[in-house]
Parts: sequence; C-alpha cells; structure tokens
Amino acid sequence: MDLNTVTAVTRPRSRSELDSFVEGDAWLAGGTWLFSEPQPDVRRLIDLSDLGWEPIEVTQAGLSIASTCTIATLEGFDPPKAWRAGSLIGQCCHAFLASFKIWNMATIGGNLCCALPAGPMISLCVALDGTCVIWGPNRAERRLAVLDFVIAPQQHALGRGELLRAIELPRAAFDRRAAFRQISLTPLGRSAALLIGTLGADGAFDLTVTAATRRPIQLDFGALPDPRSLQQRLQADIPLSLYYDDVHGAPDWRRHMTFEFAEEIRSELACF
Amino acid sequence: MLLTVNGQDQHGAPRPGQCLRTFLRNLGWFGVKKGCDAGDCGACTVHLDGKPVHSCLVPAFRVEGHEVTTIEGLGDTDGLHPMQQAFVDAQGFQCGFCTAGMVMTAACLNQAQRRDLPAALKGNLCRCTGYRAIQDAIEGLRHREEAPSGKTIGRNIAAPAGPGIVTGQARYTMDVAIDRLTHMKILRSPHAAARIQRIDASETLKIPGVLAVLTHHDAPAKLFSTGRHEHATDDPDDTRVLDSVVRFVGQRVAAVVAESEAAAEAGRDRLEVDYEILPAVFDPEDAMRPGAPVIHDKPAAARIADPQRNIVAELHGEIGSVDAGFMDADVVHEATYMTQRVQHAALETHGSIGWRDSEGRLVLRTSSQVPFLTREALAALYDLPRDSVRVFSERVGGGFGGKQEMLTEDLVALAVLKTGRPVKLELTREEQFSATTTRHPMRVSVKVGAKSDGRLTAIAMLILSNTGAYGNHGPGVMFHGAGESLGLYRCPNKRVDGHAVYTNTVPSGAFRGYGLSQTNFAVETALDEIARRLDMDPFAFRRRNVVRPGDPMVSYDESPHDVEYGSYGLDQCLDKVEAALADKARPDLGPDWLTGRGMAVGMIDTVPPRGHFADCRIRLGRDGLYDLTVGTAEFGNGTTTVHCQIAAAVLGTSVERIRIRQSDTAHGGHDTGAYGSTGTVIAGAATENAARALAKSLSAFATRHMGRDNAALAEDHMMVDGKRVDLAELAQSAEDAGLPLEAMGHANGTPRSVAFNVQGFEIAVHRRYGTLRILRSIHAADAGTVMNPMQCRGQIEGGVAQAIGAALYEEMRIDADGKVINPVFRGYHIPAFADVPHTEVYFAATHDSVGPLGAKSMSESPYNPVAAALGNAIRDATGIRLLETPFSADRLHRALASQAP
Repeated sequence: MDLNTVTAVTRPRSRSELDSFVEGDAWLAGGTWLFSEPQPDVRRLIDLSDLGWEPIEVTQAGLSIASTCTIATLEGFDPPKAWRAGSLIGQCCHAFLASFKIWNMATIGGNLCCALPAGPMISLCVALDGTCVIWGPNRAERRLAVLDFVIAPQQHALGRGELLRAIELPRAAFDRRAAFRQISLTPLGRSAALLIGTLGADGAFDLTVTAATRRPIQLDFGALPDPRSLQQRLQADIPLSLYYDDVHGAPDWRRHMTFEFAEEIRSELACF
Repeated sequence: MLLTVNGQDQHGAPRPGQCLRTFLRNLGWFGVKKGCDAGDCGACTVHLDGKPVHSCLVPAFRVEGHEVTTIEGLGDTDGLHPMQQAFVDAQGFQCGFCTAGMVMTAACLNQAQRRDLPAALKGNLCRCTGYRAIQDAIEGLRHREEAPSGKTIGRNIAAPAGPGIVTGQARYTMDVAIDRLTHMKILRSPHAAARIQRIDASETLKIPGVLAVLTHHDAPAKLFSTGRHEHATDDPDDTRVLDSVVRFVGQRVAAVVAESEAAAEAGRDRLEVDYEILPAVFDPEDAMRPGAPVIHDKPAAARIADPQRNIVAELHGEIGSVDAGFMDADVVHEATYMTQRVQHAALETHGSIGWRDSEGRLVLRTSSQVPFLTREALAALYDLPRDSVRVFSERVGGGFGGKQEMLTEDLVALAVLKTGRPVKLELTREEQFSATTTRHPMRVSVKVGAKSDGRLTAIAMLILSNTGAYGNHGPGVMFHGAGESLGLYRCPNKRVDGHAVYTNTVPSGAFRGYGLSQTNFAVETALDEIARRLDMDPFAFRRRNVVRPGDPMVSYDESPHDVEYGSYGLDQCLDKVEAALADKARPDLGPDWLTGRGMAVGMIDTVPPRGHFADCRIRLGRDGLYDLTVGTAEFGNGTTTVHCQIAAAVLGTSVERIRIRQSDTAHGGHDTGAYGSTGTVIAGAATENAARALAKSLSAFATRHMGRDNAALAEDHMMVDGKRVDLAELAQSAEDAGLPLEAMGHANGTPRSVAFNVQGFEIAVHRRYGTLRILRSIHAADAGTVMNPMQCRGQIEGGVAQAIGAALYEEMRIDADGKVINPVFRGYHIPAFADVPHTEVYFAATHDSVGPLGAKSMSESPYNPVAAALGNAIRDATGIRLLETPFSADRLHRALASQAP
C-alpha cells in the first residue's frame, strides 16, 4: 500500500552512507512487510538493495547469506549433496504462508527482523546454529546468535541505526541429520508449530521449537533422549506462558503439537 | 523516471512511499486491482521483468528502468494470451475481480507448479468460485458452449463480460479517471461507545490540499438504516450519516476531503477529537439485562422494538403446542449452537465516486447490489427529487449480501453537496473488516422431540441474534432465519422465540443465506443427533419428516402466505447425495485418521417476502440487434448471462444479438435489487415478460407491415408467410413509421416457490493433531430448470467453499474493548485453493411453475447446509458433537483430548 507518511527515499551505494540513520528512518529490503501495513512512524526509507551484497556465499566456514538475499534465491540454492541438513532450506522456504511471488521480493533479513513466531527463516537459521552479522554506525560490527536475535513477537535485538548485514550458518551444522515438522490451522497456512531436530555424528541432539512459542527455543541434548526425558525437558524448559496465543492457533494446541512433533522427530532421528 | 509498461515507455514521478499498484493505476492501467493492498490476495499481480510480484508491495521508485507487464499487456495485439483464453473457455471467474491477478500468476507457472496448484496459487484469493473453475482453466478444460438460435436455455453460455474480465478491460467501481477528482478519508472511533464533545479541525485545514472536513454538524439530522429493502420501514431508523454518538470501534467520526489521498490521510490524522467515554456492552445476553447501557435511546418512530433493553426486534410464535408435543415424544434432545462472526470478504471493497453531472444531478457510481434502493435513500436523506439523483453500478466485485447496504454513498453524496467537486471514497481492507457489516453471530437453542419411529412431535427454537451497533437487517435476518429452517419439516408443534439485540460491536448485516445458515446449523445438527439416538439413518430420518407437496410450509405462524410448491426436487436431492456417498467404500487412511460421513438439508424461498420488483425493457435496434435494459446488478452471480439467454430463447435468436445494459437508475423503471437470489427469478421473469411482449409486437408489426399472417422470429430475421424480412429492416421501417419496437416487462415477486439443497461430506479427523481433511464433498440442488449449468454449478461450488471457510477457519475476533483484532486477510483466513475440495454437484430434474422458464433461485442457498453437514460428519467420525463453529483444528483437538479416557 502507499506509505503516505514517507517523504524521502535514499539509495545508498556504500557502507559509509548508512551512517545517517535517524528517528523515522526504516531500512528497506524486500518491502513485503513495510508496504503491507500503514507505517505512521516512518518518514524515510533507506533502500538496501543497491549495496550489491552477494546473496549467498559458500565458504570454508559454511554458508553466508546476505540479509537482502530473497527467499526465491535461497530456495533456488542447491546445497552440496554432502550437506545432510541442506534439505531444511527448501522445507523452511515452503513453510512460508506467502506464495512464490512474495519469495521474489521478501528477504531472509526481513523475515528475521519481523521476528514473528512463524517466521520460517528464523526456524531455519536457529536450527542451523546461525549467527547474525550486525552492522552499526561508524563501521561497528557485532555478532549475535539468531536464537538471541529474536526476542519476542515483532521484537529483535537491533539497536538504533544497526542493521542486519548477513546470517552465517556454520558448515558443521549442515553435517547433522535433520527432521522437520510443521502444522497450521489450515492446509498451507501460517505455521502454528514448526519444529526441527538435528542429530550430530557425535550423537548430540538439538531440538528447535518455533512458531508455537513467542520466540525460538532450542533444547540441546548430549544424546537422543528417551520419550519420557524429552517430554520432561519440554515441560521444564518451555513454560506455558511462552506458548504463543493468536488467531493462528490456541496455545494449548500449539503446546500439544510441540510435544507430538518433538516425539515424532526424536523417533525419526532414532531410526538412523 | 522512465519505465516500460506493456511495451510502452512511460514517464512518471512516484512519491517516495508510493507502491507500484497505485502508480500503475494512476497511469491508467486499471486492470491492476486492489483486493487487500497488503500482499495477501494477489489481485494486483503484475510481472516485473517477467517475474510475478504483488504490485501493492513493490516500492514504485524501484521500477525505474524496468519492464512491467499488467493484464492489459499480457496478450498480443491480435488476441488473448492462451491463459486469458483458457479463463474464458472454462469460465474461471465469477465477479472477475481477482481474475487479472489470477491470470497473471497462472501465466507464469512452470510445469512443476501446475502440478501443485494448492501451493502455486497460495497467493491468489478468490471469494466466488471455490477454485474448481480456476483449476479447469489452468488445465485447459473448456466448458463454454455455443447454442443454436432460440435454444439458449440449459446451455453453458459464456458470460458476456468474459473477454473484458480476462484482459482487464471490465470496469469496476474505481476503474475510471475523473477530472478534478477529490479523495475522502474517514476518521473512525477508537472507542466502542462515546459521545463526541469536540472536533478541532484547525490543524487539518492548514494542510495543503485539504478541502473540507465533515462532522456531525454537517450531516442531516435524519435517521435512516444502511440496510436497504424494498420497504424502507423493514429496518429501524437508527443511523445518521455522521453522528455525535459513536457506538462501535470503527464508526465514522469525521471525513476529510482533499485533493489527494495522502492529504486526506494527513488531514484525518491531525483531527483532534474529545470523547466522553460511555459504558459499552458487547454480549447480547448482557445487553438485554436490566441496567445494561442503552445503545439507542430513540423514539418509537425509529421502529426499535424495545430500546431500553437493546432489543431491535423480537419474535414469538407457536403452532400447535410444543409442550404437548414434547410430552408425546419418545426422545427429546436439546442443545445450544453458536455461530461466529464472519465476513463477506468480497474482493472489491466498498466504495463509490460521486459528482454533479452537467444537468446538476447528483451521480453516484458505486459498488452496490441495490442501486435503485440507494437512490431512494439518498433522495430521502437529502430531500432531493428522485429524478435529480442517479445511482449506478457498472461491474461489482463480489457482494454476498454485504452490498445490500448504503455504506459509502451517503457520505460521498454529502461531500459532493458540500464541495461541489467529484469525490471518491474507497474503503481499505481494514475498514472493510472493522467498519462495514458481518454475518449476524447467533446463539440458537433447539429442542426437538420425536417418536421412536422417527416422527417429529415438536420443535422449539430460541434465537439470540447479535445485530451489533446498528439494526440494519437485524429484524429481517432473524425472521428469515426462523422461517425455512423449520418450515422444511412436517411437525404439528413448533415454536420460535427470538431476539435481535444491539451490542457495541461492528454492525451485522445481510449475508448469504440471510439468517438461514445460522439456524440451519442448529436445526440440522439437532436432527442429526435425534436420528442417532433413534438409531436411524439421517437420510431416512429426513425422508420421514421433510415436507412434501401438499404439506403446509409453516414455521411459527399459520397466517396465509404466497409460498407454493412451484416444483419439488428434495426427494431427488436426498437420493443423489445418498447414492453418491454410498458409491465409494469408506477409505482407510491408517490408524491416525478417524473417518466419518455427514449430511444436512436446506430449504429456501425463491424470493424474499412482501414484494420484490423488477422492470426490464427490450428494444429492437436499427442494426437488428436487441437492446435489453435490466435494473439488477452483476456481481459475479452470472445473471447477465442468464438474461441474455432468456431474451434469446424467447426471441428465437442467439445471445450475441442481445446487448445488455444494467443497474443504472438513469435507465428508468425500478429494480428492488440483486439480493435474496432474485437476479434470475425476478429480474429474469421481467426480462422474459419484456421479450414475450416484444415478440408479440414484432409479429404484429410484421404482419401489418407485410399485410400477411404467420410471422415467426429467427436469428436475425422473421419469416412472414414464408418470406424473409431482416430484423434491421423491420426496425428501421418501424422507427421511420414512428413506432419503435420496444416492450416493457415487469415482475412483482409473488407467488414464490421453494428451492432445496442437500450437502454430504466424507471427512477424516487426525486423532492426534485435530486437523480435518475433507475427503468428499457432495451437493445436490433443486434449482428448477438450470438455465446455465456451468454458472449454476459455479454458484454452488462457490457457496460451499465460502461455507467451508465459515465452518472451519473464518472468525472475526473482537477484543475486550470491542475492537476487531484481525482485520486483514493474513489474520482472517478465507479459503485459498488448498483449503477447498472439489464438490460433486448434482441437479434435481424439476421445472418450476412459478419461476421464469422453470427456474428457481440458487446463489445463497448452497451455503446453508454446509456447517451442519461437516459437524455431523465430525460426530460420525469421532463421536464428538461440536456446538460452535468454526471447527478449527485447535478446538477439535481440545474436544478430542477431553473425550480421551
């Protein structure tokens, strides 16, 4: 929709031009959230699309995804066969409520910065132990685990003038076996629970709970637990108040599905 | 900046926050539609450098130097793109408002996406079709057919608007460029109940471009109802154009008119308003209690049944003695059923554009099902002679009852009268949800008694209907809901008590089914339960108890009425659904899935009561083509096609020779409106009458002209005693003789007949997840003579799909302060492609003695039995009886969990 409160746009081409961020500014990546509702507090858009950030880079360390990388580009990325957990990329892209047309515009960074419980890029990046590369004014840079980047629904860890530059996924995370489960109130709707389990060669098991909860949760186990320990851990580590309550699913059902899926994932990974 | 649109270089200077959608529309590309303006519905899909995008989300400044293709540029200069042709051939549309975006998306799909349409079409919402016709279009099926002269009834004649719709040329309400157009934005109440103490517009008036601020000081003191009926007294007069008291969150407080939408918005945001907050009440039971805040303290002239108890209308009626009937029963069942607040969600939001024409008439171009009744209302409201007001609708982007209201025209008229300028008001999707109308949420208690052989002995129904802050359609919906739902059953003792009650919530209004979907859910669920208690099959139970020709059709009152059995096909409908369900074995989906079957029945009068009128006119033009003028509006119901078919059938010609003009008060005559499923049965009857009268005049003129007898009409000529006379020649001689060949037709909506629907489902419920899958959906309809099977099937599929949305997903949620919390499609889920099963549609073979050429109504009624049929199937599968819609997975899971041992 038209954002009639916006009176200016800048299109920086270098990092130094990013330092002018002031109150009333908004970083513009894909625009699919910014333009989807009125933004009464936004006066200026700072367009990140001309900075020329390489969308996806495969390095020795793993995968580095620019925050401006579109979902379509990520979905089209064909990870090397040896990357066992690479299948999660496609699964998480397809978990979007939005269609492939939105994937042509929406970005990974935008999805993380929306910080919605159902953000599937959050699920992906948490499950793969992602780290946010955050740029601040005056060439400042800091790193923060994606798990800690998303604080609460629509609340992220960026300070004023900071922006999300990239997400780095370590190579080792892709070596793990992965299992994925997702559900919504409607057949292809917004996720009400999205769980990902990963199992390392050393037997360590990580369970990532998203969509069902107000923020992503990761439970790490030294080894695959038995069903009872798994349930006890979910019970102990996720208080009832952390289950999300909105029109996309009642919290008791989200909790129930978390327990169901956790067990399904556990038993799927136990079969290897 | 320079960009390329549809191959043309175009210059423009987008505003910094402008989106591509409005930028393209400002350049005149009106094929780019606004459904939601938030990226959810896909109606604005265009290709950007060959890739499909939602243009409402694309920052316009970014398209500099890029190539954009809109629906207008998809085909080549000689003809339609294959996907456009496919949508014409399969008639993959009804109202057509989503079609441009649907075609633009479909045209981009690769083979893999075409094999997975549920995922590929996630980003395209259609409210009319139920998606089957869209799938057929994409798969290249052809349904439309040609028909020989005069043999047009019962054929799949294509909608005349098809080529215009698929190319983006069809003009909806907002698709016009008007000189010196101004824009209106509305400040809406943040409070559920408040008195406006002061509105300070001084800051607003300082904004460049702001022309006027309208408040309750500018509005007429007159009270009216936004709900429109043939008899304006059917609804209470409880509404002002702008009121000094607001009664729900979202009610109009003031309107700002400005040279641009941006200035109007800025002006709206700078209005300062002081409110005196008043106590509010949100629950209808609370609202009726003594001491509850009185929402409308109005005199008797307002026609509110009991203002002090917030009761807008009440109903008490009994036939026989239900007490005696329950005494006589072997089994009695009683429960209370609740239906939630749902919305029409037509893809085109409400909106109108008003101006003064060269003769000084006030003109309203609007998205309305009732242009004639709106003209009456505006004339009365502003004390104008009716001839000085013109209201018309060109093509309406979906209605479902939501546009049987005057929700924008009154305010636009006021602004035109104040400013003298053309004024446009187009509601946003958020306003559509929070400030227009919804279905009436109802609590319906039903008590049923039956003998052990299944014979009903008594039915009592108690209706509590929440009409929201205003009473538009409150009485009518309650009375109608109490009617056919019980009239369907042969039972000597029936009683209905009902209250329609004000609350401080968004107003309810007319909605597909007009009260019957809510009561049908209650009655058909209760009867299913009684049948189970008696260990009777639900089909057998219905056969034992439904009315048959000769039985009185009565509900709570035995006074004489004008409904008759013009035809009766319920028996066939029951047989067809039962046979189709039995045709396949129950599937075994594994241990996690519980499967079950359910059915429900619906009956509906083919016409609303107490008069529904239509005037049509047909004339033979000098070119030998017929000009047909009808008052009824086209909003996807397909009546334009049917009118052409009727006229062509009577005049022995083909539909291509009928030119139709519609829904414009300037054409003269009267038309009550396109509601109550009357587009075919009333307006169609008027068209039939007009065509018959013209055929008679043509013969008479021809025989006089030629001096011979035995005139017979054919495609483009008449045979008079074996001699051929061209119609064009005939028309010219008649006109030259000062005897233009023209005839009028009229219909008055009485007597009325009854139509029937039977819905069956086979479903599966996931034992652990609570999710529901519809395995089969089967619908049989008694529509009399089916004028156009392709279109009638589409109406049924669309009605079933919309009802599946209400039964499983849709719910407008209102918070503790009375605010709608999910006023966007992301939060209010209307069925997408993935959510809708294919419905097998069967028609009863009947011919109605009342309707035109044997036809009956069939646009609202398929909706009505769906919720009960689904609930009954869930009961069959799981043993759980759900008393409240929607049957969402979280609720189903909760019920399954509480049932577990």
